[in-house]
Amino acid sequence: MKKTYKIEVDCANCANLMEDATRKTPGVASATVNFMTQKMIVEFEEEQDPKTVMKAVLKACKKVEPDCEIAF
Amino acid sequence: MSKKQKKMLTRIIVSTLLLIVLHFLPLTGLLRMILYLAVYLIIGIDILKKAGKGIINGRVCDENFLMTVATVGAIALALYTESGDYNEAIAVMLFYQVGEFFQSYAVGKSRRNISALMDIRPDYANIERDGKLEQVDPDEVAVGSVIVVQPGEKVPIDGMILEGNSDLNTSALTGESLPREAHGGDEVISGCINMTGVLKIQTTREFGESTVSKILELVEESSSRKSRSENFISRFARIYTPAVCIAALLLAALPPVFNLVMGRPAGWENWVYSALTFLVISCPCALVVSVPLSFFAGIGGASKEGILIKGSNYMEILSRTKVVVFDKTGTLTQGVFEVSGIHHNEIEETELLEYAALAECSSSHPISKSLQRAYGREIDRSRVTDIQEISGQGLTAKVDGRSVAVGNARLMKQLEVAYAECHSLGTVIHVAVDGSYAGHIVISDIEKPGSRAAIAALKKAGVTRTVMLTGDTKAVAEKVAADLGVDEVHSELLPGDKVGQVEKLLADRDAAAKLPPGRTSKAKLAFVGDGINDAPVLGRADIGIAMGAMGSDAAIEAADVVLMDDDPLKIAKGIRISRKCLAIVYQNIIFALAVKFVCLLLGAVGYANMWLAIFADVGVTVIAVLNAIRALRVHRL
Repeated sequence: MKKTYKIEVDCANCANLMEDATRKTPGVASATVNFMTQKMIVEFEEEQDPKTVMKAVLKACKKVEPDCEIAF
Repeated sequence: MSKKQKKMLTRIIVSTLLLIVLHFLPLTGLLRMILYLAVYLIIGIDILKKAGKGIINGRVCDENFLMTVATVGAIALALYTESGDYNEAIAVMLFYQVGEFFQSYAVGKSRRNISALMDIRPDYANIERDGKLEQVDPDEVAVGSVIVVQPGEKVPIDGMILEGNSDLNTSALTGESLPREAHGGDEVISGCINMTGVLKIQTTREFGESTVSKILELVEESSSRKSRSENFISRFARIYTPAVCIAALLLAALPPVFNLVMGRPAGWENWVYSALTFLVISCPCALVVSVPLSFFAGIGGASKEGILIKGSNYMEILSRTKVVVFDKTGTLTQGVFEVSGIHHNEIEETELLEYAALAECSSSHPISKSLQRAYGREIDRSRVTDIQEISGQGLTAKVDGRSVAVGNARLMKQLEVAYAECHSLGTVIHVAVDGSYAGHIVISDIEKPGSRAAIAALKKAGVTRTVMLTGDTKAVAEKVAADLGVDEVHSELLPGDKVGQVEKLLADRDAAAKLPPGRTSKAKLAFVGDGINDAPVLGRADIGIAMGAMGSDAAIEAADVVLMDDDPLKIAKGIRISRKCLAIVYQNIIFALAVKFVCLLLGAVGYANMWLAIFADVGVTVIAVLNAIRALRVHRL
């Protein structure tokens, strides 16, 4: 399953760091963070609840960039 | 300005004012320290927090950490030497924050610029129910439903116009500012803006399959493909920052220890101060911020011009393109057959065309279609009887009672009609009326008006070799190549042969560059096609460029660069945009590294003070960000 989320991040490099962090989160099959459009596209592994996974994703992203926001 | 930015600006102003006030107050001792520390905390508290969090999360050595160590170190030094000079520590933090603020503002502004341009997502579709318009989610509109698009609204879903005439603004999709006329029966693609009249459109696709969704998907996912420069920077930052921390530590500790061993005074404060300056200078912000930003701006600027680049790696390859291989039909030529001449006619040209078009009225062959188009009037089928198709030759029919034969030379031979050979290039259609020869019609594919200029522009942009591949006959191919100025042509190819030809060209290039096996040349090969049946070739080339992609999702899938309209001039423009973008990236890398390196050397030998360090960090970042934003301006390129 693929979902798009709106994010808030201030620098292009932080967006790259968030992308790396999201990809490493369990339950995420693949992820793309687009700094330009401030969107995060996450593809979840099968039988994963997006809500729970996204909570972990947000936590991982906050670690690399405390200022970021993900709307989900 | 966002809330965050406003808060930051307030903090910057308040701490600057406080700093000025404190400067004129005759404070000493503990009170002085407390007041200055308060200002320091106002301006730097978030950096300290981030650095602390970074350490807890195992991410030491980012720019927050560098700043914290440098400023805390400077304060400690001021306390140790009892100089009471806290200005430097606060100034470093203040300027760092000013730089960050400026950067976030500039980046935010340019980002909004780009996203406004790419803001083609329609929010709703109008459906007529019981005479009233109702706004529904485009996702819920089934294929075949009728939607209404009012002037000023975006066409939400691909479809065909049932009713209404209007002008469509396609600039968000193609970069073309001239509006396009649209009438009943025309296909329209989503993302265009309806300008003048109300249109009733029958949808031919679902929203998710519509052009607008495909394009948005492409743009939104473009950042997942990183260029080598970006990968270089992120690898570089990973090694560089810790290396700098260690170097600073050594700089602070080794010389004083050496002095002590030699029996001289250690001079700790001088060396610690040098090490702190060194830390501030070496902050890698300018690079990690400006390089990805340049690519974002470049891709954004290109998409504004109707050139969609699927990732910054393709931006990089495009800038190195030296060989361009074209598919002929649909790329350099219009792919629409047109009557280009009528020769040896015994009867009036229009009459000849009328007979031919009427006789061919029931056929849907591209050639019949072109005859009907050239005829230009409504075809009255009741005038035509006894149509007989003769496979591979043509057909015979009765038109207004007269027997008409339309076909190739073999048909004429079979009917024993003496026909005239044609010397023009193209497909020749002979026409005989009542058993006697009436003349022939030449049909050929016509060149696009911009093709010649496009080849010239490519040469000017530094492309050294242009090649045309086609399934067409040798004579036609060579004439087109000569007309357009293409260097090389390979004709009479089957679709599978094109991949082979591209592979041969790639091998040629690698052989010419005399590379060890397994390495590919830096001179890149681009293949340009219309994306309809050349997906394998698009994939095989270093970079695949699909043209006229509006409405063709096959092309959007297969290609690396998508030209929204079918103007071949955009290829050279795309190359120029990529060159500009890459030039900016290299300028920033070289400029930032050079300034930092020089300042680091000065710092290491003790000549640089904190103020120079601030310039080397914040100043360079600001200049690099400004330069990066230049990549957005590509319209006049």
